[in-house]
Amino acid sequence: MEGSSEKKRTNEMSQGPELRQKIKEVMVEELMLDQDAGSIGDTTPIFGAGGLGLDSVDALQLVVALDKHFGLKIGNSDAAKGILESVDTIAREIEKAA
Amino acid sequence: MRSILITGGNGGLGRGIGRYFLEKDPDCRVWLGVRSNRRDAEALSAESEGRCQLVDLDVTDAKAWEKAVAAIVEADGRLDVLVNNAGLHRDHLLAAMPAESWHEVISSNLDSVFHGCRAVVTPMMRQRFGRIINIASLSAILPPMGQTNYAAAKAGVVAFSRTMAKEVGRAGITVNCILPGYIETEALSGMDDEAKKVAKQGIPMRRFGRPEEVASAVFFLACQDAGYVTGSALKIDGGIF
Repeated sequence: MEGSSEKKRTNEMSQGPELRQKIKEVMVEELMLDQDAGSIGDTTPIFGAGGLGLDSVDALQLVVALDKHFGLKIGNSDAAKGILESVDTIAREIEKAA
Repeated sequence: MRSILITGGNGGLGRGIGRYFLEKDPDCRVWLGVRSNRRDAEALSAESEGRCQLVDLDVTDAKAWEKAVAAIVEADGRLDVLVNNAGLHRDHLLAAMPAESWHEVISSNLDSVFHGCRAVVTPMMRQRFGRIINIASLSAILPPMGQTNYAAAKAGVVAFSRTMAKEVGRAGITVNCILPGYIETEALSGMDDEAKKVAKQGIPMRRFGRPEEVASAVFFLACQDAGYVTGSALKIDGGIF
């Protein structure tokens, strides 16, 4: 299992475009998405039509993955709705918490 | 190293499953969840050279689950397998069934599975691997009279497992059920010789099962190679239909 040092290192190294790329890579890996990280736009909707089309099960996995890789803790579903809109909203939340 | 938690660790089936893992997998640690009765589990632990530990666990208590799972993850760094084996029955014909018997059986057999799975799902999602094996009962699909409470609880365990399997499959977690029939454990102690004779006549194999015959199926469902088996309910009953 990952350690807190890994999370810290990830946060220190990743800001801006680099962080957004890392988030996309985590999404592809942890959610087993059948697409390249580079094909995901920063503002592409994560859920619903016209976006990545992920569902509530993916959302749960994504919450766990964001904690695991970035130390981002999302406390409740109301907060999750705002944070998990796109890669960009996730990145801004991680940057805010850093 | 694989880390394995088995509830009902002091009972014949729980110990049988634990012993099977210890014998077949030299690279595992078995945690036996125990409550007040722990003498037999302690005996198994004592002969295991540190590979079998006891953990205090009232399976009906969500906080006890959180504490036990946290202790295991702290010690082993992971938790790979959960075997929800604890349970009890309080048989009565429905017309004479006290409400306490209903609630006790539902709590011990069904609520416990909810609390346990709830406690392990996040750690298992983080490690992207998990094997959950819920010990239900043949009573879930072929209930005898006197078990409205137990049959309802165990049928609930089967439905719960199938639902959860759909929710966590993508995270590398499998959830399966085993439905034992008559197994030679203390669960049969309430049957007299005549009742056992009658019961055996209803089993095509004409004998009761042994704990290791359930344990071997648990062991398979817990292995890496069983990763595509999920949402299943496996009867182990000598052929009763």
